[in-house]
Formats: sequence, structure tokens, C-alpha cells
Amino acid sequence: MLTLTTSQRETILATCVRALPNEGCGLLLGSPEGVVSDVIPSENVADSAKIYEIDPKVLLSTFRRVDHDGLTLVGVFHSHTHSEAYPSPTDVGQAPDPTWHYVLVSLAARPAQVRSFRVIDGRVNEETLSIED
Amino acid sequence: MSAVLRIPTVLRPVMGGESVIAVEGSTVGEVLTTLTTTYPAIKGQLLNDDGTLHRFLNVYVNDDDVRYLGGVEASVRNNDEITLLPAVAGGAI
Repeated sequence: MLTLTTSQRETILATCVRALPNEGCGLLLGSPEGVVSDVIPSENVADSAKIYEIDPKVLLSTFRRVDHDGLTLVGVFHSHTHSEAYPSPTDVGQAPDPTWHYVLVSLAARPAQVRSFRVIDGRVNEETLSIED
Repeated sequence: MSAVLRIPTVLRPVMGGESVIAVEGSTVGEVLTTLTTTYPAIKGQLLNDDGTLHRFLNVYVNDDDVRYLGGVEASVRNNDEITLLPAVAGGAI
């Protein structure tokens, strides 16, 4: 299960809307149990409506912050602008970490849809996404 | 030259579980080649067959992205800190 606050969910959605027409993306810090403490928006350096890549500078600063503050990088979010909120073959092929939570936003859906997945050994499993105030 | 290599969580299972190790080499290429000898399972994630940096690997020497320092030719000095960060990427296709 992944737990976001209402405000964090809005930050994720706002990041993805601001990135239009490209995919939006960012990183998620939190506890190993999946309670998110920080949403870290990133520029999509792929500059594309069909693929995303987290800005390496954001990746480096987050890696160092995690190391320094004892936080955990628990996952990543990104948007699909014209398809459902479900990991594509590209997403699955490039999912680096079986411990991560992969949050997908569909801006094709009305209202926008936010879902969370685990990707382990190429298998996709949707998990409960809990939104708390 | 002896430098410090910082290893992200995702690479630790194929690099002996360590988070920080000492590495030898005067260039990034030498360091990475040595790593692929020590940890063969990681080879495909670090270097292409032609010896260039893998597209989805970010390598930093201290605060500098080595893609702007000559890639595998980038110099490594004593006590430099090298960080490996696999790209986080994907997309709808």
C-alpha cells in the first residue's frame, strides 16, 4: 500500500498538468512502509509526450538528501497524457527497483486518475493507494 | 588513484550489498571496467559493448556529470567521490 496526503496527490497532479503536453514526473520519499513524506517534482528531461526521464540533477540531490537525512526513496510518479494509468512495457522494462512504488497518472481520464503499482520481476501488481488528509 | 564510490540501493544487490567502496583507476572508464571485473553481473548496466557509458547510467565525479567531462575519459583524482545513479525513466510507449 502507498499512502499520500491530499496535498501530495495535488502536487503530483499539478506537476503532471504543468508538464503538458509532455509527460510529467517526480520522485517520492517516505518510509519503507510506503507512507510518503515528500513529493519531489522533476523536469522531464526527455522533453517528450511519450517518455519521461527524471532530471539527473534532481536524482543526485535526492540521492544525497536520502543519504544525509536517513530517508528512503520509495518510488517515482509520472503521467500518461493519452493513455490509462497503467505501466507500459517501457515502464516495466525500465522499472529499476522491486521495492519501489510506481505511481501512474492518467490525464486522458476525466477526472485525472492516480494509481500505484509494484513491478517485481516484470510482473505488474496494482496496490492500494490511500489518500489521507 | 583511489577514489570513493557511492552505490545506490538499486545496485547494491549486484555489488556485494555495499553502499560505499574504495575504487582504483585514473579515469571513469578504468574505474567502471574494474567494477565489471569484480561484479560481472553489473556489466550491462554500466558500459556498452564499445566501452562507452550506458545510456541509462548517470555517473558523477564529485558534483560533476561525467558526460560533460569526456565520459569514460573523465579524470579521477585521489579521494574523488564517484556516484553511480541509474536513470529513472519510462513512458507511455
